[in-house]
Amino acid sequence: MINAAGGRDQWPLWEVFLRSRNGLHHQHVGSVHAVDAEMAVENARDVYTRRGEAVSIWVVPSASIVASDPADKDELFEPALTKIYRHPTFYEVPDGVANI
Amino acid sequence: MVSPTSEPLLPVADGCLVLSHRLSEWMSKAPTMEEDIALGNIALDLLGQARGLLQVLGDEDQLAYFRDAQDFRNPLICELPGGDFAFTILRLFFVSCWLAEVWPALAAGTESGEVRGVAEKAVKENAYHLRHAGSWVPRLGDGTEESHRRMTDALDALWPYRGEIASDAWYDRVLPALREASLPEPDRDAWTQRSSADGWHTEHLGYLLADMQSLARAHPGAKW
Repeated sequence: MINAAGGRDQWPLWEVFLRSRNGLHHQHVGSVHAVDAEMAVENARDVYTRRGEAVSIWVVPSASIVASDPADKDELFEPALTKIYRHPTFYEVPDGVANI
Repeated sequence: MVSPTSEPLLPVADGCLVLSHRLSEWMSKAPTMEEDIALGNIALDLLGQARGLLQVLGDEDQLAYFRDAQDFRNPLICELPGGDFAFTILRLFFVSCWLAEVWPALAAGTESGEVRGVAEKAVKENAYHLRHAGSWVPRLGDGTEESHRRMTDALDALWPYRGEIASDAWYDRVLPALREASLPEPDRDAWTQRSSADGWHTEHLGYLLADMQSLARAHPGAKW
């Protein structure tokens, strides 16, 4: 929508999560604009479930999501890259061990 | 051979077909991308419902593409031209309130298994159409000054076309919704247009059919 000052007013953004089958967890699939929660669920249904993708929809106001700062990626994520012993494949399983 | 024009299913089939075409005219022009897809989904549902019934009545392509306006039996409200978004939503709401009575009756009281199958699927589809249009009615009616004005204009324009689709159950759905949307209470007993039962239509159906039928008539029997 174009507002009186000629700029673009956007409706609030909502993040959409779908569960594709019972027993699976909801996964983020994208976002929709909507003026309220009810419209957000309807829009998510219309935009993201046209091919039977879901048995359940969650919508969350995008403004409610707290995100990590991309500038912090070195201190947040790089330390993990060198700790290969955190992967199970780091360990050799002796031949004699059963049931692993 | 069933005579399509005397067939009671025809107003439902034609109503769905013609309204589907009107909704499809919004493609790429709806107020938001989300609404664009929503109206497209609803148009496709209606097209599927129309096809289901036309297949029962005869050759669906023949009935959709090679019948002239006077042989169509859709409620006149379905053929009225586009208008603005408020008009589109209120019309969809009115027609969905009609179909909310039609489909359950067909699902429960029809001998034909084919018709029952179409109707049972349509009951669920229509429930969503009703929900979608129904959630917009108070949003627009009770929204801004401009949206209220547009909804009031739409109500004035559409009310005389309720005759073919209104019943006590229809008024029971429509009147409280209009009240909730802060729209002026229309008169149940006000004059309404005559029906299309005798082949009489507004001038708009001819243009709609020209658009919908010209390709099939230029290339009869063509396959994709």
